[in-house]
Amino acid sequence: MPSEKQSNSRVNQILRSALDASLIPFLAIVTAVVLGGIIILSVGGNPLLAYSGMLEGSLGSKKALSETAVWASPYIFAGLAVALAFKGGLFNIGAEGQLAVGAVFSALIGYALPGWLGFEIPAFIHVTLAILIGMITGGIWAGIVGALKAYTGGHEVINTIMMNYIALNTTSFLLNGVMKDHSPTNASARTPLIAEGARLPVMFEGLRIHWGFVLALLVAFLIWWILNKTTLGFEIRTVGLNPDAAKYAGINVKRTIIITMMLSGMLAGLAGAIEVTGLNYRHELGFSIGYGYDAIAIALLGKSHPLGIVLASLLFAIMRNGATRMQFLTQLPVDLISMLQALILLFVAADAIVRYIYRIKAKGERVVLTRGWGG
Amino acid sequence: MSKNKIVLEVKGLTKQFPGVLANDNINFDLHKAEIHALLGENGAGKSTLMNLIYGLHNADKGEILVNGKTAAIESPKDSIALGIGMVHQHFMLIPVFTVAENVMLGDETVKNGSLDRTAVAARINEISKQYSLDVDPNAIVGSLPVGIQQRVEIVKTLYRNAEIVILDEPTAVLTPQEADDLFRIMRDLTARGVSIIFITHKLKEVLAVADRITVMRAGRVVDTVVPAKTDSAQLANMMVGRQVILTVPKKDRKANGEILKVENVSVRDQRDLETVHNVSFSVFGGEVFGIAGVQGNGQTELSEALTGLRTPTGGKVTIAGKDLTGKSPRIITESGLAHIPEDRQRHGLVLNYSVVDNMALCDYYHAPFSQRGVLQPDALDKNARKLIKEYDVRTPSPFVSAGNLSGGNQQKVIIARELSRDVKLVIANQPTRGLDVGSIEYIHTEIIKMRDRGVAVLLISAELDEIMALSDRIAVMYRGQIVAIVETKKTTREQLGLWMAGVHAERK
Repeated sequence: MPSEKQSNSRVNQILRSALDASLIPFLAIVTAVVLGGIIILSVGGNPLLAYSGMLEGSLGSKKALSETAVWASPYIFAGLAVALAFKGGLFNIGAEGQLAVGAVFSALIGYALPGWLGFEIPAFIHVTLAILIGMITGGIWAGIVGALKAYTGGHEVINTIMMNYIALNTTSFLLNGVMKDHSPTNASARTPLIAEGARLPVMFEGLRIHWGFVLALLVAFLIWWILNKTTLGFEIRTVGLNPDAAKYAGINVKRTIIITMMLSGMLAGLAGAIEVTGLNYRHELGFSIGYGYDAIAIALLGKSHPLGIVLASLLFAIMRNGATRMQFLTQLPVDLISMLQALILLFVAADAIVRYIYRIKAKGERVVLTRGWGG
Repeated sequence: MSKNKIVLEVKGLTKQFPGVLANDNINFDLHKAEIHALLGENGAGKSTLMNLIYGLHNADKGEILVNGKTAAIESPKDSIALGIGMVHQHFMLIPVFTVAENVMLGDETVKNGSLDRTAVAARINEISKQYSLDVDPNAIVGSLPVGIQQRVEIVKTLYRNAEIVILDEPTAVLTPQEADDLFRIMRDLTARGVSIIFITHKLKEVLAVADRITVMRAGRVVDTVVPAKTDSAQLANMMVGRQVILTVPKKDRKANGEILKVENVSVRDQRDLETVHNVSFSVFGGEVFGIAGVQGNGQTELSEALTGLRTPTGGKVTIAGKDLTGKSPRIITESGLAHIPEDRQRHGLVLNYSVVDNMALCDYYHAPFSQRGVLQPDALDKNARKLIKEYDVRTPSPFVSAGNLSGGNQQKVIIARELSRDVKLVIANQPTRGLDVGSIEYIHTEIIKMRDRGVAVLLISAELDEIMALSDRIAVMYRGQIVAIVETKKTTREQLGLWMAGVHAERK
């Protein structure tokens, strides 16, 4: 007999599930922070000073806040990319490569298009074009993997990793070759600066925070809306949860896999395009190292929910941005931040540990990451 | 026989799960060398009681006595030591291991640091001979038929010197013939002093094989009776707690036009073996056409080919005059098919979805559930609430995920979704598998309702009783072919059984 005490209203149900979903990540963070504190103590540091330094460095001033937002933007886009794929039952490890592809093409449009056309493009159109092309190329890059999965059964984990190698090495080749900034002062592998018209405007004079951050928040909402309120989202989620039932229900599973992968790649490509048009104004080798991989961590910590992704991205941004100040105050190595991130993830991934520490009973559903090889 | 000594006694056993009192003050005893059937619907508390006895759960209150002595059973280790063995519904065997390796698993006999397969094999041969189990210790388990695999499980318990054997729904996976073999083995076991607890929800089996019958309902023992003094109807009433119609009454068939036409259809399975060869038949509006057959004779692949889940390799499928061979499930559904799939959890439902979403699983994409690609929550809610009421789905709320419902209610969600559409053809594959008497009665009534409304119904079932009770005409499938098509009135259970077993002598 199901208990009658269960709530009947939709709102209660949603609140309850939100609370359930955020409990483990929250406790994982708490546990990691405590454990991190113990480690700081053991190497002779002062954990309170370290943590307050981290918060001060990331939230303590206008400039600190602005930098945190700058860090958070690519995290949000790339985190959404991985999360969307998770929802569709796909494990996109290729955000790093898709991001690089998006950044390269966005930069190319940004610096080379006026020359090809022979005239200056109006600013609004130029920046939109640069971002769109970055997004679309990232989508195509991931879509190839989706098509391989749908038509040959090739596993997306393997194929996204391989596509990463191709993307990153090709990028390196291009940035050292045809796309290299040939101005005499430049020695590094990077493109020329993009045209003024291809740059996202800054939000406040003197701060680096750009409109890409606002766009990231809007896109997070858009993804939530698509997943939960549209028929496309219903199809993506159904294929993710139960592909057999999806087929039975008349959903074109192959098509949905390809669409999911393309959307995921578009989000990753967007992360790259925004870094180019909003922050660096060029693509430089090595700027993104790790965004695409941190994105997997963020998607896990955020439980693949867009709001969770935004919060997890902010947390990662706070840790990354606050690290310098922490180091300055305590002389602790920045590597400690990486360790803290790893600890948080460890506790989120191995949630049994957290459940054991806090005596929480497991409840039905688990996050389905992949369904095994060739699944 | 009932004057025998009591080998197992349970006194006042109580087990509370969150929200459910699974076992409420249970008293139960088992005599030496008897078959004591434990009968009850799904969720009546049978499995909980057995798990308490076997040590998989620990009781909140009450005690268990083995051979008159209070037994502290905290884990299966303790119960095995006390001579209790259990054969689970889902076998606990490793398919790539041999019988001997499976039997010694967890209790390995070692000689000079390696497994002593010869000694174990000898012991298995001995047990096998003693109880006429006919199990080859060197066979690979995965290559054995299900009936033999079950015997391996029985050997496993006897190898550990079990004197009390618990069989949990042992016939659920067996053909009628295999079930008869099992009953013979059960009698052989009791003749040699083994006591058996036989868990089931099938009334006929209980009456055929049990010495005593204990009926459970909603966590309590209703009564313990002997087969001679009871019958199916009384047992069903005890199980469900109300009058149950075991055979749904139906009017004479009024068949009209041909709805489903299957011509020379062949299908290959995922291993690329042709499991359906050249099958032809027609189903008319207003009739139930039953396909009988032992499981694994091509029924699954045939129904997948008819519903679009699998592409036939040859032949033609026509529904209501439209050629739908190899078309997608959506096109076939839109042509008027309601499909109650064989595996309700794999195909029929998304268990993580709410009842609301599951109720619209096949219709989410068109009006009123969706407009210009955007879902309409109000229409979805309204639809779900209406169907929950109409089809009597027992759920605390429409927003509960389908995975939290009982098997019967999960099937009701599928039935409601499929039969509420405007359909011309219903394909129901094993629609009552694993369900309790009350749900079976309900689903049979709904199927007959569709038939009386003029819909064509194709019923595929391995339960011969179900086929005989519902069908107007019956086809028997054997090794991928239809070996006979007869009118239900003009055949017998025995005749169908022979066809199912591949005896073609009287093929018409």
